[in-house]
Amino acid sequence: MIVTSALIIWKGLMCITGSESPVVVVLSGSMEPGFKRGDILFLHMSKDPIRAGEIVVFNVDGREIPIVHRVIKVHERQDTGEVDVLTKGDNNFGDDRLLYAHGQLWLQRHHIMGRAVGFLPYVGWVTIIMTEKPIIKYILIGALGLLVITSKE
Amino acid sequence: MHSFGYRANAVLAFSVTILALICGIASFSDNFNSPSPDAQVRVLNINWFRKKPDGNDEVSLTLNISANLESLFTWNTKQVFVFLAAEYKTPKNALNQVSLWDGIIPSKEKAKIRIHTTNKYRFIDQGSNLRGKDFNLTLHWHVMPKTGKMLRDNLVMSGFRLPEAYR
Repeated sequence: MIVTSALIIWKGLMCITGSESPVVVVLSGSMEPGFKRGDILFLHMSKDPIRAGEIVVFNVDGREIPIVHRVIKVHERQDTGEVDVLTKGDNNFGDDRLLYAHGQLWLQRHHIMGRAVGFLPYVGWVTIIMTEKPIIKYILIGALGLLVITSKE
Repeated sequence: MHSFGYRANAVLAFSVTILALICGIASFSDNFNSPSPDAQVRVLNINWFRKKPDGNDEVSLTLNISANLESLFTWNTKQVFVFLAAEYKTPKNALNQVSLWDGIIPSKEKAKIRIHTTNKYRFIDQGSNLRGKDFNLTLHWHVMPKTGKMLRDNLVMSGFRLPEAYR
């Protein structure tokens, strides 16, 4: 019952927040002490312009894991409304240019998947454990399968 | 109906629901807080102002930032992230926001800040538009809760101007 309600909540969140991946797990310590490894962030993507101070989730070309950092510089064009954005992790010494693709100095809007608007501590550890120690995932699925087979109803 | 498995499942489902409710209420209680922060920024000195070899202007400033952000804290506040951004327009860009300094305030006791510093991040323009440029210094704050919704706001202080010539 928990699993199905979790699934319903997940899909519902996807509709409400209008983003493909409405919840992300914080994987690194680059935003401490605000966000620690294992926290989960609720994302929301709107057409509002990107402004300094917002915490955004973005993908760098060639990297599959999204990064959650704060926008520290914004340059928005007069004519097209396109924007150049520079990000930095609160707990990092330097900005994210080292993380961007080779030769890339700025992020554009299409790199950004969403803004973090809310957060829950610790809940994401479940996902981290299952990704980093896949054996636990197999044990869990095995146990669930066993439960289904052996339940008397 | 009374086996260990059923009881364990019931306890788990109930406790997760209650926890979620508590988190929701904690976050909702933040709505009752009406913050009234105040701040003042002075540009003490323009240390240097030049055009870099790549054609972009860069300026180094010494700033004095004083602010009282105690009213932003509630019992559900983990920290307040505060930063000062220079904001200005250029012919090419409708808006430029460049963060000059940021800091983390971990508790209400530390929320009265007086900072004397040169800009932590480089103030670089996209182009060569900074001579004689009027700009605002906006103090932004981001209240990060122990759980729930985050709150962002800012205070705009205008009336700053860069020198007409490089130095």
